[in-house]
Amino acid sequence: MDDLYREVIIEHYKNPSYRGKLDPHDISFADNNPLCGDHIQIDLQVSAEGIVTDARFDGQGCAISQASADLLLESIIGKTLEDVKKINKDYILDLLGIELGPVRLKCALLSLKVLKAGVYGLQEAGDDLVE
Amino acid sequence: MTLDLKKIRNDFPILGRQLRPGVRLTYLDSTATAQKPLQVIEAMDEFYRKFNANIHRGVHTLAEESTALYEGARERIAKFINASSARQVIYTRNTTEAINLVAYSWARANLKQGDLVILTEMEHHSNLVPWHMLQAERGIELEFIPVTQDGLLDLDAYKTLLERQPKLVSFTHMSNVLGTINPAAEIVHLAHQAGSIALVDGAQSAPHLKVDMQALDADFYAFSAHKMCGPTGIGVLYGKTTLLETMPPFLGGGDMIREVKLRSFRANSLPHKFEAGTPAIAEAIGFGAAVDYLTSLGMDNIAAHEHEISEYAMERLEEIPGLKLFGPSADKKGGVASFILDGVHPHDVAQILDQDGIAVRAGHHCAQPLHEKFQIPATSRASFYLYNTKEEVDLLVKGIYKVKEMFG
Repeated sequence: MDDLYREVIIEHYKNPSYRGKLDPHDISFADNNPLCGDHIQIDLQVSAEGIVTDARFDGQGCAISQASADLLLESIIGKTLEDVKKINKDYILDLLGIELGPVRLKCALLSLKVLKAGVYGLQEAGDDLVE
Repeated sequence: MTLDLKKIRNDFPILGRQLRPGVRLTYLDSTATAQKPLQVIEAMDEFYRKFNANIHRGVHTLAEESTALYEGARERIAKFINASSARQVIYTRNTTEAINLVAYSWARANLKQGDLVILTEMEHHSNLVPWHMLQAERGIELEFIPVTQDGLLDLDAYKTLLERQPKLVSFTHMSNVLGTINPAAEIVHLAHQAGSIALVDGAQSAPHLKVDMQALDADFYAFSAHKMCGPTGIGVLYGKTTLLETMPPFLGGGDMIREVKLRSFRANSLPHKFEAGTPAIAEAIGFGAAVDYLTSLGMDNIAAHEHEISEYAMERLEEIPGLKLFGPSADKKGGVASFILDGVHPHDVAQILDQDGIAVRAGHHCAQPLHEKFQIPATSRASFYLYNTKEEVDLLVKGIYKVKEMFG
């Protein structure tokens, strides 16, 4: 349980490196976690070759959701959009380095849902994006 | 009379649970659902062991016994809320279904485009969404009694809204977030003076306050068993007989009919007209046992105990730097403490408290518009019931200091 609030998570929550908005951006998407009202917006800049060159997230939420957003964006800069589409739940859990129950898993996966919905150009971010 | 907490806590087996080695449960989430005493658990267990049979229309011994238990519970629930007749007590799944019953049956038969329904800004989603759905379908209009910064309904604004001749005023007796106890009888009386009927959402009042249908004079009153020591899956819609008699049935099926032909049916009399299909029999019997339990303790004693705990909790919580409480002062509210803590998301507060076995809820508590009003996405909510103690409040306070330290 203390693991859940590992120092790295508290650190990314309190001092995120990728918080903010990108203007201009090539992709932007936002969504909520209906369970708790957490909100995340993600902006991406993408090169002509389809490589993520910069990323930011904005919004509010718990330590788990905000830290996972920060860690996720840090990890995708330099990746192609095709690689981003392949990211799944296990990838996020590896980044966080913790185990999560079903309720908190939704917090951790909100940023990935938003990211993938944006990359796929969807209207809505479905749960199937993070299975 | 003060409650014998030691004895009461022994009635609730779950309160003795060790969640993990050395971590005992401190249950502060009764506003979401209350724990169940042995009296309720055993009544339901006994039903399945000795009496289980489908109710009504059976002539064998078990069918007669189960029917008597099911209907006997209805009688005792009617007495608990001081209804004139058990025929006015309609079993539903929960408060939500009771409100939906009114929205589907009464409202669809009586409301047309442009008719006004008055709600409040402190409603649970269960008393918002059924009306949103009717608005989309029928074009009814919705207005909301505003909530003041200290968490009370603005009754002057309500009186102004009443000049527009609403058909229905539907409001919560007690807020599940702010804890505010609304002046329900006054709101109902004003609605009646304006020619409107009134529905009271009693999900939070029936468990905590002595409610009296004669004094309240509400046209409809909805409540759930599971928030008042009873099982999940059973609730009640109380209604005035004249209204219930003229309302069309809600769900169609067995038990709600007097006669069925291949191409037509005639509806059953009250209360069965609104109870289609095999109901939650064991749960109804459990509900009966729950109101017996509450009655044996005395609703006035329960309310007094909760008030004492709540007052103490407000005092202790207010001392914590960076903690902001929502809702009115302790004398105007029930045992609910919703708060935010500077720099820490409510989810994280709840999770860290859980480490010490303290169960509180985090989120918008199914009252998203109210949170928007106060411009916060979520709160942490500790709530108190007849079995909670001051020692548990102390554990909560200690836990919150631990959260502050972690996020410090």
